[in-house]
Amino acid sequence: MKTMFVAFAFTIAASFGAYYVMSGMGFSSAEMQSSSSVRLK
Amino acid sequence: MNLRVIGAFLVALLTFAVTPAYSQDDGQRASTGGAQTLEDILKRQKGLNVDESFRRDNLGDPSKAAPLSGDLGTLGGISKSDMYRGIRYSETDVKVSNTGPAAKILVQDGGMSWLLTRQGGIQSYAAYGAGGIIALLVLFYFIRGRMTIEGGPSGNTIERFKPIERFGHWCLAGSFIMLAITGLLLLFGRSVLIPIFGHEANSTIATFSIWVHNNIAWVFMASLVLIFVMWVAHNIPNKLDLVWLAKGGGIIGNAHPSAKKFNAGQKIIFWMTILLGASVSMSGLSLLFPFEIPMFAKTFGMINTIFPAMGLPTELLPHEEMQLAHLWHAIVATTMIIAIIAHIYIGSVGMEGAFDAMGSGHVDLEWARQHHDLWVEEEEAKSSRGGLS
Repeated sequence: MKTMFVAFAFTIAASFGAYYVMSGMGFSSAEMQSSSSVRLK
Repeated sequence: MNLRVIGAFLVALLTFAVTPAYSQDDGQRASTGGAQTLEDILKRQKGLNVDESFRRDNLGDPSKAAPLSGDLGTLGGISKSDMYRGIRYSETDVKVSNTGPAAKILVQDGGMSWLLTRQGGIQSYAAYGAGGIIALLVLFYFIRGRMTIEGGPSGNTIERFKPIERFGHWCLAGSFIMLAITGLLLLFGRSVLIPIFGHEANSTIATFSIWVHNNIAWVFMASLVLIFVMWVAHNIPNKLDLVWLAKGGGIIGNAHPSAKKFNAGQKIIFWMTILLGASVSMSGLSLLFPFEIPMFAKTFGMINTIFPAMGLPTELLPHEEMQLAHLWHAIVATTMIIAIIAHIYIGSVGMEGAFDAMGSGHVDLEWARQHHDLWVEEEEAKSSRGGLS
């Protein structure tokens, strides 16, 4: 059972990790498709 | 007299024969001045395909432009209706200040059929599919009861899955369950959650759900790869699987068909998870990065090469790509949810001793002999070889 709970904890931690990594790389839809990313320069 | 009648009949026949034949459709179209007909409207109401070429191709003609002094002169032979039709069917060269993907698509009327399919067919499939399999399993449980270890547990155990295998399984299982719950909350938000809890509560639930769905998806995809690498060698179909399937896997009756590490039922679940999991991941990536990963036009092109009679569209607007990705994502995910509910049943309440395989990693030796006899023989042979060396 310990492995199962470790896997669940890892899943939660990895989700937060994915969020911060993707946000940091500027991959969010909000950044990709709005504001200065899409305005004519 | 008779000759006159026959003569008149022949003249009438000849008249019809040389008169240009107008189809019923052309006649109706002419009667509406080229606009849609009652037949078009009825077809649309019945959900049938309507040939839109009568307006898609009716975009005005600059060569017939009225002089500048005329009413339509400034529009260059194109009426406002022609112009809007051009925008609707993406035939007009639009200039926009937004450089984002798909910004030049000002109107795309496929959204309605996407919405209706999502709120109609897909919601029904999810509700009846998931509800139906749960009802069937409850019925099966009351008829068949729990599958027990014949003769009772032996008290001795054997290691069924190593920690890394269990870790991969539970990462995949945990992420899938969260993806399924949040996906269903998003699917049924408008039609079920809003009427019960209101708009504000649904907004909070949807915001939470989409965050979890988008970020936990990475764990699902990574663990899917891990599971594939670890177990693919044990899941290659063989003749033994046909025997196992012919005996119904021993679910009905007391037979215990032979199996190695994975029986035919588990192999079906494995390949379903891998293939549908890969498909739902691809469509999910397409949705995570809107307009960046269009894949349906290319896929349709490949399908058309193999089955030319299907004639699937190979030119899709960016929004159509997204709509198809979304619908496909929901259909495949729902199919997986239905299958995994059955998998959870047999791995927990449906069979005594089955949960231990993924719980502690060790199963009762008698359970293992009854359900995976050939695997036990292999493991015992390995142990004896290890003992001798």
